Amino acid sequence: MSLKPKHQRLLLAGLAIAAVLAAVLLAMWGLKDRAAYFFTPVEIAIGKAQQGHAIRLGGMVEKGSLRQAEDGVTVTFLVSDGQARVPVRFRGITPALFREGSGVVAEGRMEGRTFVADEILAKHDERYMPPRIGNQAAEHAVAKTVEK
Amino acid sequence: MIAELGLAALWLAAALALLQLLLALGIGRDSGAKIARPLALVQGVLTLIAFAALIAVFLRTDLSVELVAANSHSAKPWLYKFAGAWGNHEGSMLLWVTVLSLSGAALAVFERRIGEKMLVASLGAQAALGLGFYAFLLFASNPFARLAPAPAEGRGLNPLLQDPGLAFHPPTLYLGYVGLSVAFSLAVGAMLTRHVDAALARAMRPWVLASWIFLTLGITAGSYWAYYELGWGGWWFWDPVENASLMPWLAATALLHSVNVLAARGGLRSWTMMLAVVAFSMSMIGTFLVRSGILTSVHAFAVDPQRGTFILLLLAIYVGAALVLFASRAATIREGAPFDPVSREGALVVNNLLLSVILGVVFVGTLYPIVAEALSGEKLSVGPPYFNAVAGPLALLLAALLFVGPLLRWRRDRRPLGRWVAPSILTAVAVLSASFALAPAMSLLSRLGLAFGIALIPASIAPLFGRSLKRTPLAVWGMVVAHLGVGVALIGMASDSAFTAEKLAVAKPGDKLAVGPWLVELSGVAPVAGPNWTAIEGHLRASRGAGPETLRPQARVFTSPLTETSEAAILTAWNGQLYAVIGKQRAEGWQLRLWWKPFVTLIWFGGALIALGGLIALVGRLWRERRWGREVEA
Repeated sequence: MSLKPKHQRLLLAGLAIAAVLAAVLLAMWGLKDRAAYFFTPVEIAIGKAQQGHAIRLGGMVEKGSLRQAEDGVTVTFLVSDGQARVPVRFRGITPALFREGSGVVAEGRMEGRTFVADEILAKHDERYMPPRIGNQAAEHAVAKTVEK
Repeated sequence: MIAELGLAALWLAAALALLQLLLALGIGRDSGAKIARPLALVQGVLTLIAFAALIAVFLRTDLSVELVAANSHSAKPWLYKFAGAWGNHEGSMLLWVTVLSLSGAALAVFERRIGEKMLVASLGAQAALGLGFYAFLLFASNPFARLAPAPAEGRGLNPLLQDPGLAFHPPTLYLGYVGLSVAFSLAVGAMLTRHVDAALARAMRPWVLASWIFLTLGITAGSYWAYYELGWGGWWFWDPVENASLMPWLAATALLHSVNVLAARGGLRSWTMMLAVVAFSMSMIGTFLVRSGILTSVHAFAVDPQRGTFILLLLAIYVGAALVLFASRAATIREGAPFDPVSREGALVVNNLLLSVILGVVFVGTLYPIVAEALSGEKLSVGPPYFNAVAGPLALLLAALLFVGPLLRWRRDRRPLGRWVAPSILTAVAVLSASFALAPAMSLLSRLGLAFGIALIPASIAPLFGRSLKRTPLAVWGMVVAHLGVGVALIGMASDSAFTAEKLAVAKPGDKLAVGPWLVELSGVAPVAGPNWTAIEGHLRASRGAGPETLRPQARVFTSPLTETSEAAILTAWNGQLYAVIGKQRAEGWQLRLWWKPFVTLIWFGGALIALGGLIALVGRLWRERRWGREVEA
């Protein structure tokens, strides 16, 4: 098969456009159920989060709620936003600046009424505080990148 | 005084950039190149002076400079004072601008292949880029601003950044990011002067190669840094900051391959111009993402929305202008030489299409959360589940293309290639069947990754079969080494994701934990202190068969600013790494997290091989052209 240069160029341009379209379609397909949405405790309380779906939960670690399980590496605590609270379970080493009364973003899923966290993304450094405490948008942005 | 000197040098450099731009716009047209060359060179020297001034104020901990007071501390080790100069927003932007103008200077001094008109136009484009970033520095991020009264002590550097890796990671990455500006400027110059041809591609190629080498090294080093410094045992998190460096790399990889088609065959002209524009646009988007404060991370020093708007504006102007230029000139760019679908060109087109699709899905996944939040207030994050599922299979297709692509000839290839492809296909099949028998639980992606990675070893060497090794050009050797690196890195990635063993437990001194083939004993825990931190250090004795090896993970507390970090201890064996992290003290002992990661080191070794391949090709190209140039002159 041999094409005239002009036709070949048209074909290549067509392929390039098809590639861009394919990328967008592929991305949209992928994002549909793989993006982790950010929820606050009150949103979870009214049942906005689907069971078992990867989500992020953000809020404050309620004072006096942090408990250490017997295995020494599992913790449970309540995340609150002032209106509602969600029990969280996490197995692993909590990040350095994770403590009661401080902001936290947890990554995981709802299992029954408990949020099972795979990862706790607490602020790493006092200087990278979100602009306004309780501002979930900022807390969200803190996310995993704070740890980096 | 030093700070003022630096500031003056910056202003002067900006003025010269303006002159250089005016020159390209047609004022003083006759002697364009004669003036443009020294202008670009002096600009490079001036920014270098500004950058040296910044380093000087940091080394002296001159606290009357606001930037030093905000980011440094007199008790910091000197290496971190030095590297701290670019461990903040203003300093890193100055580094960016310095590299930009040094690239312009190098282009002015060394480029002799393209016509003078095109050179002046390209230098003009480079100056236009420079002007925007000079303005950004001088008006929105002045690194030399004074602080009165000077504080008694500085606020210190984020401890995570107090690492030798920091000294080299940003400069390496920036050389890559900003080196691509030359490809951009050359493309703009060529389109303006209507000289999109093979000579342009040959001029552009070393720049693309060099930038790509630095990007590869920067990404590889950044990945290793995240691996040992964050204490999470992961090597790639699909974090927006990482994606910001991956996107220009993907574009540069595509450009690197397409520029070869243009240089060798005069084909893919418009496509290559477009890629050159896209590649540097990705660099700027990366800078925007990282520096705008849209993302909060150690990379995002600025949380000032004005700065983000400024960079976004620059981005829109440059990318917009380049795209408009492309649209208006695309019709005048001549068609390249025709080729058969089954040919080297054909394979490179597929390579480019796949890389573009990967770039597209990474781009959408990285920007989607930002756009979604801006438009609807909806907060979400896009992480590994998306990127692995969408980009992973595409990357495997790209790896599969490596079995055949490098073997094909230019223009058309009707030879039966079975003989050359068979070894790699057989290897892949053998590894696949072995993996089904030995490791039935592996995920499909890692299984295929492992098979393709191992099969890529014969596949990447295959282009050498039947060649006289002595007469094989260095560029071909470079390709072989780089493709080999892809295989090696793939093996490491697949092995890490499939075979990593993890142990998380609480241990008292004397307790033993088993992880993979290792038996790890916690022999004690002791406090230790460094220059600006104190730590709890775990003493671990790890053994498998032979005598025990010692690991000492630490949980550090830095005093200024007050921060806690975890220092992982890593034991490197020939077939993998044992990775240990110490956590908090509990009633029953200390939290320990251990990983055995078979062949994980191959990931970064592969990355280094890829960069080495690029270096070999670069040396080969430059050497060849020098010899060719001499013959022409003679």
